[in-house]
Amino acid sequence: MNDELYQQLTKKSISTKKDNFGKRLSLFALILIGLVVFAILFFVVSRGLSTFTLDQINPFNFVFGTQWNPGKTDEAGNQLVGALPMIVGSFAVTFLSALVATPFAIGTALFVTEVSPKWGNKIMQPVIELLVGIPSVVYGFIGLAVVVPAVRNATGGTGFGIFSGVVVLFVMILPTITSMTIDALRNVPGHMRESAYAIGATPWQTIYKVVLRAAIPGILTAIVFGLARAFGEALAVQMVVGNSPVMPDGLFSPAATLTSVLTQGIGNTTDGSLANDVLWSLAMILLLMSLLFNTIIRRIANRRALK
Amino acid sequence: MINSKITNKVAISFIRILAGIVVLILAFLVGYILIKGLPYVSWHFLTSPSKSVSAGGGISGQLFNSIYLLVLSLLISLPIALGAAIYLNEYAPKNKFVSTLRNSIEVLSSLPSVVVGLFGFMFFVLKFGFGFSILSGAIALTFFNLPILTSSIENSLAAVPNLQREAGVALGISKWETIIHVIIPAALPSIVTGIVLASGRILGEAAALIFTAGQSSPVLNWTNLNPFSSTSPLNPMRPAETLAVHIWKINSEATIPDAVQISAASSAVLLILVFVFNLIARRLGNVIFKKMTAGGK
Repeated sequence: MNDELYQQLTKKSISTKKDNFGKRLSLFALILIGLVVFAILFFVVSRGLSTFTLDQINPFNFVFGTQWNPGKTDEAGNQLVGALPMIVGSFAVTFLSALVATPFAIGTALFVTEVSPKWGNKIMQPVIELLVGIPSVVYGFIGLAVVVPAVRNATGGTGFGIFSGVVVLFVMILPTITSMTIDALRNVPGHMRESAYAIGATPWQTIYKVVLRAAIPGILTAIVFGLARAFGEALAVQMVVGNSPVMPDGLFSPAATLTSVLTQGIGNTTDGSLANDVLWSLAMILLLMSLLFNTIIRRIANRRALK
Repeated sequence: MINSKITNKVAISFIRILAGIVVLILAFLVGYILIKGLPYVSWHFLTSPSKSVSAGGGISGQLFNSIYLLVLSLLISLPIALGAAIYLNEYAPKNKFVSTLRNSIEVLSSLPSVVVGLFGFMFFVLKFGFGFSILSGAIALTFFNLPILTSSIENSLAAVPNLQREAGVALGISKWETIIHVIIPAALPSIVTGIVLASGRILGEAAALIFTAGQSSPVLNWTNLNPFSSTSPLNPMRPAETLAVHIWKINSEATIPDAVQISAASSAVLLILVFVFNLIARRLGNVIFKKMTAGGK
């Protein structure tokens, strides 16, 4: 009798069992996502490294070599797998487009939040947020139909090249950076602006000396997001950059990026060959860069949290 | 004093000019697509199959593929994302393990889509032998869906006031039952909004699909609804070119004479779909909220 009571009191109730079940089920889902991420990281890195371990390519030659023709060798018998043209191409289109987009994005965001909130809140912000969702192939198509012919007419070349890539990426990341900058400016507390006006500052002085400075971490995050999006963008760039893996000798000659070479190469190489392995190495560089962007964003967020 | 007034005028005008240029660029972008594309969009265009070498093809297969892929990937990703979000918001203790998992979700959301495509190609297309198929594509899309959905559902759950959880505890029901019967229904309008917004994003994805769902759209027999038949539109093992992939392919291969018109029209259709999804997202949440509370009829 006593025993039964003891058991009744100490064994888990149905509610507790249900709760444990739910907790395990939801934890399982979370761990599944974690496993997927680690699987992707592990396989891309291990396959990417096999260029250097299995195929005995000197990592230095890979990163700094300027001849890209996987499967072919030069007179001395070295494999032509120098990835520098694509690395330079990727960095050039990414940073140039962010460099052009940033002032426009900040200007537009300031217009929306500080200069003309009436227009900005009702029309511009919702429209810009909608534009963030435009598929990237659409940007690529516009680039091919409008930008490339215009550049061709202006410079006399093919029209394909880093410049066209920069124009397309600039338009593509503009809504992203703008809408995140708007959020950053909105987060600056109103009393800061009021204090500035109260001591006689002009609107521009308030913007420049108070609002912009307070919003710097948020604006930086917006720019890094834009950089990450531009660096990882494949199709829009591949359509207009010219896809010629040689060292770019100017903004208007055909070039290639890490993503454009990957897009073209994946289906055309056999698994396990050197030509396939080097593609994984390019993917590894892309992956490491996106991890770096991610770390920067987290650092900025952490520093903001400390304040 | 006068100086700072002049500086102010110049600077504010400069901001107006920058914003004006941005508005012009974005208006040109949308205007170009709609003006070039819309005249070509017709019922015939939406319902006839694409052609590979001659002019006059439509996008019926691509349109169906895009939506079918979206639905399948939501079916896979929604339960997982919901579970993960519940754990993160309701159960998760603050420790290293949880923060590592949280970070890994962020990493997944920032992976370049072409890397996900490469991974999907090697794993699902080659290793598991799914081939270029809707299934491979749906799993690749799931990788994009998961982080977006998880964080949006987590935010929705976090917005439910603690009062609701306390009410559950006060009634003596378990935490899990509180979540299922109280918290999730309360968060449903905003969860649905998140799902629709994520769908709009997924609809335009192409780089991850080229080498997973493939670039060909086989001849489909619309009356054949047996999912195991190779001509059935529902067969998950057939290759399926989506609308976004179609735009990329006809532009890079240029085998059809009316590639520009078809791309413009397809872009217009995609653009309108994305806009419609955004509008639905704003409305649907309100509608569900009204249905579920005493606010409606």
